[in-house]
Amino acid sequence: MRDPRWTRLLAGIFALSLVAAACGGSSDSDSEASAGESPACTVGQTDGDLALYNWSEYIDPDLITKFEAEFGVSVSEDFYDSNEAMQPIVTAGNSGFDVIVPSDYMVSVLIDAGGVSPLNKDAIPNLANLAPEFASGLPFDPNGDFSAPYQWGTTGLGVDLSVTGEDVPRTWGLVFDPALREQYGAAGSITLLNDPRETIGAALKYLGYSLNSTSEAELEEAKALVSEVVQDLAAFDSDQYDELLATGDTVVAHGFSGNFIVQFDSADNPDQYAYFVPDEGGTRWVDNMAVVHDAPHPCTAHTFINFLLDAENGAALTNWNFYASPNAAAVPFIDPEVLEDPIVYPTDQSKLEFIADTGDFEINFTDAFTEAKG
Amino acid sequence: MSSPTSPVLPRGKTRIGLTMNAWLVYVFFYAPILLLVVFSFSNDRNVGRWGGFTLDWYRAFGENEEIQQSLSASLRVALISTVVSVVLGTMAALALERFSFRGKKVFDGLLYLPIIIPDVTMAVMMLLFFSQLFDALDAWFGLGLSKGFTSIVLSHVAFSISFVSVVVRARLAGMNDQLEQAAFDLYASRWQAFRHITLPLIAPGIIGGALLAMTLSLDDVVITQFVSGPGSTTLPVYVFSLIRRGVTPLINAVSVVMLAASITLVALSLLADRAKSSPQPTPSKETDNA
Amino acid sequence: MSGLAVDGDLIVGDVPDQVAQANPEFERAAEKAESRRGLIMALPAYLYLLVFFALPLVIVFVYSFATRNRFGGTDLSGWNVEAYRKLGEPIVRDILFRSLWLAIITTVLCLLFAYPFSYFLATRSATTRNIMLVFVMIPFWSNFLVRNYAWRVLLGNDGPVSQITEAIGLGETRILFTPLAVVIGLVYGFLPFMILPLYASIERIDMRLLEASRDLYASGWQSFRRVLWPLSRPGVIAGSILVFVPSLGAYVTPEILGGAKTTLLGSYIVTQFLTARNWPVGASLSFVLMSVMLGATLVYFRNGGRTL
Repeated sequence: MRDPRWTRLLAGIFALSLVAAACGGSSDSDSEASAGESPACTVGQTDGDLALYNWSEYIDPDLITKFEAEFGVSVSEDFYDSNEAMQPIVTAGNSGFDVIVPSDYMVSVLIDAGGVSPLNKDAIPNLANLAPEFASGLPFDPNGDFSAPYQWGTTGLGVDLSVTGEDVPRTWGLVFDPALREQYGAAGSITLLNDPRETIGAALKYLGYSLNSTSEAELEEAKALVSEVVQDLAAFDSDQYDELLATGDTVVAHGFSGNFIVQFDSADNPDQYAYFVPDEGGTRWVDNMAVVHDAPHPCTAHTFINFLLDAENGAALTNWNFYASPNAAAVPFIDPEVLEDPIVYPTDQSKLEFIADTGDFEINFTDAFTEAKG
Repeated sequence: MSSPTSPVLPRGKTRIGLTMNAWLVYVFFYAPILLLVVFSFSNDRNVGRWGGFTLDWYRAFGENEEIQQSLSASLRVALISTVVSVVLGTMAALALERFSFRGKKVFDGLLYLPIIIPDVTMAVMMLLFFSQLFDALDAWFGLGLSKGFTSIVLSHVAFSISFVSVVVRARLAGMNDQLEQAAFDLYASRWQAFRHITLPLIAPGIIGGALLAMTLSLDDVVITQFVSGPGSTTLPVYVFSLIRRGVTPLINAVSVVMLAASITLVALSLLADRAKSSPQPTPSKETDNA
Repeated sequence: MSGLAVDGDLIVGDVPDQVAQANPEFERAAEKAESRRGLIMALPAYLYLLVFFALPLVIVFVYSFATRNRFGGTDLSGWNVEAYRKLGEPIVRDILFRSLWLAIITTVLCLLFAYPFSYFLATRSATTRNIMLVFVMIPFWSNFLVRNYAWRVLLGNDGPVSQITEAIGLGETRILFTPLAVVIGLVYGFLPFMILPLYASIERIDMRLLEASRDLYASGWQSFRRVLWPLSRPGVIAGSILVFVPSLGAYVTPEILGGAKTTLLGSYIVTQFLTARNWPVGASLSFVLMSVMLGATLVYFRNGGRTL
C-alpha cells in the first residue's frame, strides 16, 4: 500500500534529473553563445583575485609574487596532470578557474567545446612581443583569437649513451627497427609515451607520414609497427620515463624535452645522456594561455596573460622551466646557455609538426593504440 | 565481545603458521614504507637513486605553503567525511540487518553502487552534477557557488557510506537482537540499549569501517580532482599533478610526517585509554579505543 | 535475514518465537512499528545517496544514449544505442576477460593472506588487536602514488627484491613491468579491504564452538571447514567484494607497475572518457559493468546469508 509513494518519489527524482540534464544541455549552448564575445577589459585592469589552473612546476613562484605585488591581487594556483582531465573540468562550467594553459590540440578542442572565451586583444598589447611564427598561423588557433602561446618544446628520444655508445643514430629506428634495437642494446629497455597521439605519431613519422594523418591505411601500418614493438618495451610511461632512464632501468625513453634537461642536469655525469628529435621529425608542442569561458575574473585574467607576455617575465619563465619561449622580445633576457642548448632550441625545426585535433579520427587513434597493445 | 568467548590460538603447526603469516603480512605492508622513509632522506630528486643523507626535503615541506594547505585540506575532508559516513553507514547497516521495511531492496542495491562504479565514471558524473546544480541554484536563487571544499566532502561521503555499511554489516550478519531485548526487559531505554549493548557489539565493525572510509578519502584522486575548485586541492590531487615533472622525495617527506603523526596519535589514544580503563577493566575494552 | 544465529542460540539461549506470535494483532502492530523504525534508520543514508549519487548517475545514464560529436563533445539530441553496440567488439571482450582474471587472482591471494591474519588478530588481547589493526592501516595513510613508486623501486632492476633473490642464489629477478608486479601491487593495495571485514566477522565468533567441535573429535581441518568458515562467511563475502570490484577497475597501479603494455578495463574506461572524449561509450560500458556486478553482488550476498 505504500509502494506507490516510493514509485512516485523515484519517478519524481528521475524527472528532476532529466530536467537537470536538459538544463545542462541548454547551459552548454549558452556558454557557446557567450563564447562569441570577449570581455570589455582595459590594459592592466583587474576585477578580483586570479585563479590559475596550470601544469605543476611550470611557473616561477617569484613571477606570481611579482604579479601579486604589481596589481594588488592574490593568485591561487591549482594544477592538473593532463589536458584530458583539465578539459572536461573547465568545460562543464562553474569550475571557478580564470586562466588555463592547454596544449595546442587541446586549444582547438576547447574552442569547439566552448570551454574558452575569445581574448580581448586590446587588453593584451604584449601580444606584439610574440615571434611572428607564434603570433599567427598556428594550426589550432589560426588568428590567435582564443589563446596566447606560453612555452614550447619538442617530443623526442632520450638515450643513455653509456649503453648505446656515442655514435647512436638519431632515428626513430632505435625504437621501431628490430635490428637497431638489438644493436644499440635498447631491446627490452625502451619506454614510449602512454599517449595514442604521441606514440602512434612517432610511428607515423618513422614511416614518413604526417603525424596528423587521417588515412586509415597509414594508421594501420603505424599500428602494426607499435604492436610489434610492445614485446621489446619496458613500459608505456608518460610520467617517469626520465627517472627510469636516470636510474638505469631503461636505455631509450620517449618524452618531452624539458623533463630530460632537468633530469640530465641532476645526473652525476650529464654527458652520459643525450636528447634529440629523430631525423625523421617529431612533435613540436606549444602550451598556451587561455581564459576560461565562465571565468569569474576575466579582466585579471587578461592582465595576467599580458604580464607573462612581457619581455623580461617571458624570459624568466624560460630561465626557470627550461622550455623554449615563443616571445621574441624575451630573447635578450634569456640565459645564453639556455638559448644555445639544442635540447631547448632545436637547430633544425623544419621537420617538426604540431599535433592537430582530427575530429572523429581521434577515436581511430585511440582504438588503434588500444589494439596495438592488445 | 567479552573475553570468555575470545578466540584462542590453536597449538602446534597451525600456531606457527598463523604467527608466521602475520609477520609476513606486516613485512609486506611495511617494506615499501621502509623504502619510502629511507628515500625521504636522500639528496637526489629521484626516488630510487641514493644521493647521500639530507634533511632538505623536510625543510622544503616546512617552506612549501601549497603542500601544507593541500595537506590540511585533505585532513579536514577525511575527518568530516569519515564522521558523516560512519554515522550514516552504520545506521544504514543496522536498518538493513535488523529491520524489514518498504523499499529495502532498492536501498540495498543503491548502497552497493558506489562501490561498483568505476572511479572516473563517478568523477565525471559528480562534475556534471555539481556544475548543473550550481547553474540551477544560480538561476533560481542567484547563488554564485563554485566547487570546492563542500563538493569534495559531499562526494567523499557519497562513496564512503557504502564501504562503511558493508564492513558493519559483515559484523552484524547473524548477530540477533536478543541482548537488546534482554536490556528492554530490564527497562533500558532505546538509547541506553543502543549505547550499552549494540554499540559495543558492533564497535569492531565501526572501527574497521571508519578506518576504511578515512583511507579511501585520503587516497582519492580522480573524483576529488573533478569536484574541486580553485584553492581546494587535496594532497593526493596535488601529488598527482606533480607526476609530469617528477614526484620528488618531498612527497616522501610529507608521507613520513603523516605516518609519524598518525603513529603518535595512536600511541596517545592508547595511553589515554589505558589511563581511563585502568581502575576497572570494562568487559569490552576494544570499544573504548574507537 | 541471515540464518547464522548459531552463536546467539548457544550463548544467550533462545527466546521462543511462539511467545511473540501468540497474539497476531500485537504482532502486526509491532511489525508496523518495526518497519517504520527501520525506515527512519535507513532514511538519512537513503536520501543522501538518492540526491548525491542516484541523481548524478541518471545524468550519466542519459549520456550513455547520446552521441559523441565531431569535436569530442556530447550531443544530447538523437538518442541511440550505438555506444552499447561498440561494447560487442572483440577488443573490449579481451580486455574484460583479462581484467576479470586479474581481479580473481588478486581476490584469492588477498583471501589466502587475510584469512589467517584476521584469525590471528582475533586471538590477540583487545588492546593488542586494536594496535595491530591500526598498524595494518597506517601504511595507507601515506600517499598512494608514492607507495606505488616505492614498489617500482623495490621491484626494479637491481632493486632490493632482485638483490635478495640474488643473495639467496635464485639469480636476478626482473619483476617490474610484468603481470606479477601488477598482482603484487594490487594485493598490496587491497589487502586491508579484505582484512577489515574479515576481522570484524571472525572476532565475534564464539570460539567455544570450535572447542566443542574439537571435543567431538573433529580434526583441525574439519572444525575449520564445518564451524569457522561458515560462521565467518559474511566477512569473506564482504571482503571479496571490496577487493574484487575495485581491482577490476584499478588502473593507476597496473600502469605504474605493469608498464601499461596491455589494456585493462579501468584504463580502457578512463581512455574512453578522457583521451577519446567518447563519453557515451565510457558511460555505457560503466552501466553494463555496474548492472552485471550489482546482480552478481546481490546474488552472492543472498546465497552467502544462507546457512551452509
